[in-house]
Amino acid sequence: MLKNRIIPCLDVKNGRVVKGINFVDLKDAGDPVEQAKIYSDGGADEICFLDITASNENRDTIYDVVDKTSKKCFVPLTVGGGIRSVEDINKLLNCGADKVSINTAAVENSKIVTDSSKKFGSQCIVVAIDAKKKGNKWEVFTHGGRKNSGIDALNYAKQMEQNGAGELLVTSMDRDGTQVGYDIDLMSKISSQVNIPVIASGGVGNLDHLVDGIKIGKASAVLAASIFHYGKYSVKEAKEYLDSKGIPVRI
Amino acid sequence: MNVTIVDYNSGNISSVINSFKEVAQDKVNIEVTSDLSKIKSSDKVVLPGQGSFKSCVDALNKMNGLINTLNEFAIINKKPLLGICVGLQMFADIGYEETETKGLGWIAGKVSKIDNQNGKFKLPHIGWNQINIIKNSKIFQNIENNSHMYFVHSYEFIPNDKNVVSATTDYSSNIVCSIEKENIFGTQFHPEKSDKIGLKIIDNFINL
Repeated sequence: MLKNRIIPCLDVKNGRVVKGINFVDLKDAGDPVEQAKIYSDGGADEICFLDITASNENRDTIYDVVDKTSKKCFVPLTVGGGIRSVEDINKLLNCGADKVSINTAAVENSKIVTDSSKKFGSQCIVVAIDAKKKGNKWEVFTHGGRKNSGIDALNYAKQMEQNGAGELLVTSMDRDGTQVGYDIDLMSKISSQVNIPVIASGGVGNLDHLVDGIKIGKASAVLAASIFHYGKYSVKEAKEYLDSKGIPVRI
Repeated sequence: MNVTIVDYNSGNISSVINSFKEVAQDKVNIEVTSDLSKIKSSDKVVLPGQGSFKSCVDALNKMNGLINTLNEFAIINKKPLLGICVGLQMFADIGYEETETKGLGWIAGKVSKIDNQNGKFKLPHIGWNQINIIKNSKIFQNIENNSHMYFVHSYEFIPNDKNVVSATTDYSSNIVCSIEKENIFGTQFHPEKSDKIGLKIIDNFINL
């Protein structure tokens, strides 16, 4: 039976982890490679890096991080943030990323999804959708949540599936950072409209939120940052909890 | 000993390279090449494959003489070869992804889309699934039955002769996920992405 996945996400800026695990025994708490290794050794099903490097000059730092991580971690590695072109994707994959997640570029020019999924295969193309509720609908935001595209998130999700996305990473902008739980309504609506896996993101504060994301939100995978970073829960604890609630996980 | 990973522009093979180098350390030489003479003289060959069946077969065909060299290696000289994902699928006679495409024809059978039972099962089949070992394959030494492996695919290999199947996985139906036919091995899952247990499979292949 296929297992639901738990994916810890690390925010990386200028090649350093900015929001990461606060373990005292870490030699270098800012080292993304070391943090990713802790997650993969702890049973993470995949690792996600979100590159939040603002300036273009330091953009190349992520390639070095991916290269080093992929030599140490043998679970899938997804990298997102700042991807603008098929060439950017090519570079990340060559450095050892297994998947890339595309956000703003996919909204501005959906051809990047079509072209890259043809060139590299759908399996490595994740489209990240940042959605914010407006009335009874959700709208897609770009540029790290700063810009409203006005596009309907449900229609957009279906369009991205048609364009060749292999997975959708859906983040609720309303819930992100609040720790009150995923936007279950958004997750379940998107998940039931598409036939590709949905990864739920944004708002996790406790382990029941992960359960809800899968059971009610129908997500194939759950992504979380803070609850793991600050040592509130380990990946292992999260998996054992999901298992106790009857959710199939890899233990 | 030399193990060659065939580099034929089949998509992203860096994870395959990293995992083999991690397992091999300094004991075994891991070569990544499309050089025919190097493939010929190699002790073992790894045939990766990402993207569609058609794109991988096309990429093989583009490399002049590569298919003949692989035929000679695996079929005539019967040296160990491991196909991963689409690398395994290409053993078939024919594949139906994008359009009908001829495969290598090493193991009689076809590659068709997984039956998603009217949307009940999401495709691609992405994530960790357990393998049901049905034949004692050499690459499964010290691998427990029901171990988790990482999968990413929408198409499945359906061999005519079920005796070549060494493991299946349950997704919509019992999908063939590992093959052993004499010197030819293949996994539908990605051992290079399946954590320590996946590295053990790679280790088993290297130590055949």
